Amino acid sequence: MTSLHNAQQQADSGYNFAYLDEQSKRMIRRGLLKAVAIPGYQVPFAGREMPLPYGWGTGGMQLTAAILGRDDVLKVIDQGADDTTNAVSIRRFFGRTAGVATTLRTPEATVIQTRHRIPETPLSADQIMVYQVPIPEPLRFIEPSESETRTMHALGDYGVMHVKLYEDIATFGHIATSYAYPVTVDDNYVMDPSPIPKFDNPKLHMSPALMLFGAGREKRLYAVPPYTRVESLDFEDHPFEVQSWEHNCAICGSADSYLDELIVDDAGSKQFVCSDTDYCLQRRDQQLSGEGAQ
Amino acid sequence: MTAAVRVNRELAALEPLFSVNNVSKLYGPDKGCQQVSFDLYPGEVLGIVGESGSGKSTLLSLLAGRCLPDEGQISYLREDGQLLDLYASSEAQRRTLLRTEWGFVEQNPRDGLRMGVSAGANIGERLMAQGVRNYGELRGAGISWLKQVEIDPQRIDDLPRTFSGGMQQRLQIARNLVSSPRLIFMDEPTGGLDVSVQARLLDLLRGLVRELGLAVVIVTHDLAVARLLADRLLVMRNSRVVESGLTDQILDDPQHPYTQLLVSSVLQP
Amino acid sequence: MNNLIEVTELSKTFTLHQQHGIVLKVLRNLSFSVEAGECLVLMGNSGAGKSTLLRTLYGNYLAAGGSIRVRHQQQWVELVGGAPLQVLDVRRQTLGYVSQFLRVIPRVATLDVVMEPALARGWGKEAAKARASELLTRLNIPQTLWQLAPGTFSGGEQQRVNIARGFMVDWPVMLLDEPTASLDERNQRVVLELINEAKAAGSALIAIFHDRHAREAVADRYLDMQAPCTADQEFVYAG
Repeated sequence: MTSLHNAQQQADSGYNFAYLDEQSKRMIRRGLLKAVAIPGYQVPFAGREMPLPYGWGTGGMQLTAAILGRDDVLKVIDQGADDTTNAVSIRRFFGRTAGVATTLRTPEATVIQTRHRIPETPLSADQIMVYQVPIPEPLRFIEPSESETRTMHALGDYGVMHVKLYEDIATFGHIATSYAYPVTVDDNYVMDPSPIPKFDNPKLHMSPALMLFGAGREKRLYAVPPYTRVESLDFEDHPFEVQSWEHNCAICGSADSYLDELIVDDAGSKQFVCSDTDYCLQRRDQQLSGEGAQ
Repeated sequence: MTAAVRVNRELAALEPLFSVNNVSKLYGPDKGCQQVSFDLYPGEVLGIVGESGSGKSTLLSLLAGRCLPDEGQISYLREDGQLLDLYASSEAQRRTLLRTEWGFVEQNPRDGLRMGVSAGANIGERLMAQGVRNYGELRGAGISWLKQVEIDPQRIDDLPRTFSGGMQQRLQIARNLVSSPRLIFMDEPTGGLDVSVQARLLDLLRGLVRELGLAVVIVTHDLAVARLLADRLLVMRNSRVVESGLTDQILDDPQHPYTQLLVSSVLQP
Repeated sequence: MNNLIEVTELSKTFTLHQQHGIVLKVLRNLSFSVEAGECLVLMGNSGAGKSTLLRTLYGNYLAAGGSIRVRHQQQWVELVGGAPLQVLDVRRQTLGYVSQFLRVIPRVATLDVVMEPALARGWGKEAAKARASELLTRLNIPQTLWQLAPGTFSGGEQQRVNIARGFMVDWPVMLLDEPTASLDERNQRVVLELINEAKAAGSALIAIFHDRHAREAVADRYLDMQAPCTADQEFVYAG
């Protein structure tokens, strides 16, 4: 474990700091400033080729590269876990190209690049979240034309967003959209929060941390500044609700975190465990040290 | 002749809902439409007839503010009594108008419906765009409008692509009328339909126009449709309006050579 | 004088552009007026322009010149060159037109066809239905047919449906184009009754009757259209 995190790695001298050249990073930072100034607005940027395929987090990586400083501590998670292929390779990538410290611990990180989750541990004002986004356009499912969706955003023409939620209720009796659940940012733009479970949507609201979103294939970035209102769309008689489970985490016993369902044997027995591996581990460690103290 | 000036008091007090002044848009010499002017009053149905390429559809797009003219003005009397200069207003205002006080029924229901979402969602969309956030209310409106356009309310959750052409067209009408518009534009609404289905749709439209007091601008090349629906006609040819007047007068006593040709060319079943 | 319609120097021409621009002068300088409760019957051979006159008065044909003034809701309204909206309002409230031919609206039930003029004036559905039922009964249309569209009816039945529609509401001025043609005696009698009731209620009627008996039953005055029109009917080549 110790070999993986908190390791100040030696930067590979063959690369510019954090892989991207300085001009590209400046271009992305300008885009980010605009995105922060207009919460929820999708800013186009000249996406660069990254040494991994689209869909593996190229958008998030470019944003991380643009904001990373030498003193930053980077955490990368994929579906809540620090030890999956995508997370491990991106963490190693920045360890090698920027030589920054990396960590698995949420409170220690200054920059957290994520795919599909927001950590359970509350974020603080000196942290930046970077989200990997596959499809940044929340209106895309109903309107294929980019110029039309941009006009719809400009005019606040958002009736269709509720069409999708209406369809859910008509089909399933409740709003069945469970991830990439659309939100309104700062009472203005409708935004795709990336494919995080709707369980995480409330964590975006008035968060002290800066939230940055990058879509590599679509070459769009957007942001939610700290302490910004982020509200999930809903109906008066079908209000927004997050997922809940009848079980607690099988490892740490948490009753308030997002749980993954695991099939543990050939008979189809199920277990539910925290999706956020760091959160689960910290709780487990605390419980163990508590037991040890006794 | 002095009596001619003394029009009925009630009518004199009536202001035009929609006033078109010298609107032109040309794509080439006599291609498009030019110098079109007319007033449309509340509850009035205006037909625009003419052969393909005469400029009917261009005119309809101009009237609905979907494209901008080379010259000319349109003023619209809004529900709140304000006079709106259509072409001077912002795209946001025009779009708002098109989904609230106006409606547009496309010839092909595929262009006017969202084929991938249910009939109920199609009907509810305008209400949602206006900020209705109550599912029960949207559901109620959906059921009520399906009944009004003679579609079985049981089919509220079915996709429009499972509907027949006539049902799709009626659904499109319901989708437009749900926001209680005052002015509807229709582009060949009975175009691709079987004759029997056409008759049913025409009957429905006649009833709705009368009951709701809708003003309608309807483009059609079918003179029989024009006779059934329109109070008044504009006859277009080569981008210009060549004749206008009461529908039955234009069809029974056409004055312009082209209108005479048009009327005499209709097959009598 | 209690005139409800005044016609002065009315003329009507047809220019047939498809036939080398022939100009037919059908009506020339016609002047007459009709009082409340009076029935003016148009006389003349076939082709004398009787139907053309009625259609011109109704605005169905475009007058070439002259004046048609109608007493419309306590005001005189000029129909020649009148705004379409104005003409339509006169047609809705004041000026009725009954021909022998029903213009069939597909799929619409007989009862609804008859009720329509009343609904256009804003009557309630029940009141309109009651009146329509009464008229259809009087005109001997079997109740079993009321919910059917009249498109498939016999000629005589269609004609009677059209008459019921024509008499659905009270018209201050009524134009009747051979309303009794080809009706059997019993139904002819009903139509004449309806006409006389309209007269008694104060309508001014202008009518064409083929049948002498019918003509004499309702006519107060005759307008002879034979002499001035057919005598010097002329063909002018405009082109």
